[in-house]
Amino acid sequence: MEAADALAPAPKRSVGRRLADLFHGRPWLQVTGLLSGPLAWLVIGYLGSLAVLLAAAFWSVSALTGEVSQTFSLDNFKTLIDDPVYRTIAWRTVRIAGLVTITDALLAFPIAFYMAKVASRRVRAAMVVAVLMPLWSFYLVKVYAWRTMLSTDGIINWALGPLHIHGPGYGTTAVWLVMSYLWLPYMILPIFAGLERIPNSLLSASEDLGASPFTTFRRVILPLAFPAVVAGSIFTFALTMGDYITPQLVSNTQFIGTVVSNNITNNLPLASAFAVVPIVVMVIYLLIARRLGAFEHL
Amino acid sequence: MRLSRSSRISLRIVVAIVLAFIYIPLIVIFIYAFNSSNLLEWPPPGLTLHWFPEALKNTDARDAFVTSLKVGAAATAVALFLGTLASLAVARHRFFGRETVSFLVILPIALPGIVTGVALSDTFTQVLGVPLSLLTVIIAHATFCIVVVYNNVVARLRRSSMSIDEASADLGADPWQTFRYVTLPTMSTALAAGALLAFALSFDEIIVTLFTIGPGEQTLPIWIFENLFRPNQIPIVNVVAVIVVLLSIIPVYLAHRLTREDEGVSGRGGSVVTEATATP
Amino acid sequence: MRGQTAGRPMRTAWLIAAGLVAMLFATGCGSSSSSSSRNTDMAQSVGKGEGELNLVAWAGYVANPWKSDFEKATGCQVNVKVAGTSDQMVQLMRQGGYDGVSASGNASARLVDAGDVSPVNVGLVPNYQSIYPDLKDQPYNTFDGTHYGIPHGRGANLLMWNKNDVKPAPTSWDVMLDPKKAAAYKGKISVYDDAIYIADAAVYLKAHQPDLGIDNPYELNKTQFDAAVNLLKEQQPNVGEYWSDALKQISAFSGGDDVVGTTWQYQYFALKGKGQPMASSPASQGFVPKEGATGWSDTWMISSQAAHPNCMYKWMNFIVSPKANAEVAQYFGEAPAQSKACDPSTLTAAAKAEGLPANPKFCDQYHAADPSFWKRVYYWQTPLADCGNGNTDCMDYNDWVNAWTDIKG
Repeated sequence: MEAADALAPAPKRSVGRRLADLFHGRPWLQVTGLLSGPLAWLVIGYLGSLAVLLAAAFWSVSALTGEVSQTFSLDNFKTLIDDPVYRTIAWRTVRIAGLVTITDALLAFPIAFYMAKVASRRVRAAMVVAVLMPLWSFYLVKVYAWRTMLSTDGIINWALGPLHIHGPGYGTTAVWLVMSYLWLPYMILPIFAGLERIPNSLLSASEDLGASPFTTFRRVILPLAFPAVVAGSIFTFALTMGDYITPQLVSNTQFIGTVVSNNITNNLPLASAFAVVPIVVMVIYLLIARRLGAFEHL
Repeated sequence: MRLSRSSRISLRIVVAIVLAFIYIPLIVIFIYAFNSSNLLEWPPPGLTLHWFPEALKNTDARDAFVTSLKVGAAATAVALFLGTLASLAVARHRFFGRETVSFLVILPIALPGIVTGVALSDTFTQVLGVPLSLLTVIIAHATFCIVVVYNNVVARLRRSSMSIDEASADLGADPWQTFRYVTLPTMSTALAAGALLAFALSFDEIIVTLFTIGPGEQTLPIWIFENLFRPNQIPIVNVVAVIVVLLSIIPVYLAHRLTREDEGVSGRGGSVVTEATATP
Repeated sequence: MRGQTAGRPMRTAWLIAAGLVAMLFATGCGSSSSSSSRNTDMAQSVGKGEGELNLVAWAGYVANPWKSDFEKATGCQVNVKVAGTSDQMVQLMRQGGYDGVSASGNASARLVDAGDVSPVNVGLVPNYQSIYPDLKDQPYNTFDGTHYGIPHGRGANLLMWNKNDVKPAPTSWDVMLDPKKAAAYKGKISVYDDAIYIADAAVYLKAHQPDLGIDNPYELNKTQFDAAVNLLKEQQPNVGEYWSDALKQISAFSGGDDVVGTTWQYQYFALKGKGQPMASSPASQGFVPKEGATGWSDTWMISSQAAHPNCMYKWMNFIVSPKANAEVAQYFGEAPAQSKACDPSTLTAAAKAEGLPANPKFCDQYHAADPSFWKRVYYWQTPLADCGNGNTDCMDYNDWVNAWTDIKG
């Protein structure tokens, strides 16, 4: 076969081949070619837009028209620091985000574990579909359903009536409850994927070495699944930090997003300044999550 | 893993409770879709099928549905393109700033929707002088959808060995052919899963959309937002939600099957080559 | 294609990208709005309709039957975006894509000064002639002698309560603002979610704490302002809901979540129409509790970037035509701007078209032709540092918005 090939004429250098030759042996060119599109989009487009927004944080505004004048000023940050309500709101948002994350982790782990390690193949498939389905019913419809469930004449008070207990009604508790509900699938899926990746042979080996199921859980499963939990927590934390519609629909409380949206029209610099808070928090959170290995489990 | 009988039972109970938690609100939505009154008291006074044909007749809802499909498809296509490019670069090469790409890609979805929405909206209207329209919505959606495609494809590429690609090159294929005949099929299930998730994200998105959409257009979530408190429309909103959920069962199941098959072919933690060479 | 370290050229590429971002930042191409001077382009004639009209309006201002009458008469298809607060309206007009807006006084000055709206040539609006004189040339629709809009109608914010749950029937705002009385309805009070509500507290204090010397509830010096803010901070624990969506408030009242609150006639009539046991200050009092009330006098304004200016002029003329103005006024429950709308036969015909019972006394009940009544109603206006009496130490709108965030906590 080799002899015949040696006699056959070399294939014509098509444009495609010539281009391929250009890239060959020049990995930097390959990477640039591959990354130029996404990077232009994300860096120039997205980060550029963020820069534009954050630049406004250092400007001042006319009280009458809301016109932004590009004169440098730190007044907005001064307002945020001087007035304690902004600290209260920021801390409230972070606190609820943390609570929601912990709640979802506690709710998601058992079900993810069951799906990954206990359920039969068919049950697992059914459960994956069952867990993903709520993602397809609209966020707004779900929040509104909770609003009606929590109302004075709603199903929660109706169900608890015979026990003479009142449901939580609207308020911060309601926000925590609804957000834990909304983001739960985003926590279940990464944990499920992470647990699936743990080979059953590891668990058998642990058993063979004499560990009780609890010890196996604590010293084998949990450490291996932890990065996946962190990956899921990125979503629950980020989505809670940014939401202002749920707090508006089931409570009176102000979240960071509420303040930003209230100030967007007439005081964009203040809104931008306050927007720095969730951006900084999320960047730090992402850096920690990356260090914990979460990015491989998203 | 062997669990004691009591552990198994307690686990099953916990799972049942969590599933109940997940589904009770959905069941409430389902029931309200058949509610004979348009006041949302509980329990509902009666049931009727009346709202289903009303929903199908509602032109605003239908138009919004079609708009959402268009935006979702376009945003997914862009996200697929950009996400694949980025994941190929990251999974197949080492370079300065490689870690940063993963970080960059997740930023649009990790930052609050209102921040992304206002930033993009201001850039469009003030810096670029571009009026808001469906195009601006598509651009915004694609930006935060890139991450789901990227993650799926990177995970897939990491699991598959590069030796197949090298074998393909050794056999005389140029890089484009290798990509088309070897890499792409390997990635296809990851692409499908990523595309489905990206579409779902775009379909349900409200906050960023509110800031980037033009005045004459409505996606389905925006239509829902406008009708959320109108007594005559709320049952229709519930019907629309129920219809969409039911319609989504098929693609969700398909996506799951695709990723399961994917596992079967390459095996967990291994590549086709390893499996092939493992058999004696 | 083994993964190779790409080395120095990659670093350069990254530096270039970073530099681009820095450049963007440095050139400060940021949110510089349109010119900071007022828009002075005024139409000189109204041509053929463009076939479409995009409006920003309060709930209940653009509805059938007058909306479809307009569409049939002019061929301009109307798309309306309902906004819940003046802030939302300003935001939407700045975003662009709309031809006109029904602006209250706490939006009109801002829109004019930012150049978002154009002057209106009232010569092109024949029905303007017969608008009530005390609505013309007002500081909220006429700026330095130039008309910037067509008056729509006016009304007072309403105190509404559930007859079955709130007894005795309140005659004063103290049911919501006096801490002791408000505590009786803790968690069931409904308050308008906008900084402009601080003026309601100022109106209350004007009557109940006259030594504060409050005259215009929108021109408050620091002492007066702090007093109003403190009153609202005391109210906050009793508030069930801060509302900005009219329909959301309707659902809250009909679901029993709220029993007393500040509202607009639109919600009040909608709830009564559903058989809910609502009541408000009686017609004999002009629907206003004894301290007076904040209110609005709305103006239709045309966007400086209107894509359909002819349709907008046609709309402005149509909405203040006698029949249409009578229809919208009776539908919403406000005093019409058009004097000819108060002609009894016009009122009756309009009510009939809407399926409402005929009420030839409508305009009297709503004090449409009674300027002295409106002295007790403080139309929304934009708080400015200029107190109007030579002082410039009044709190401006930014202070109000910051305080509102503070109040809600």
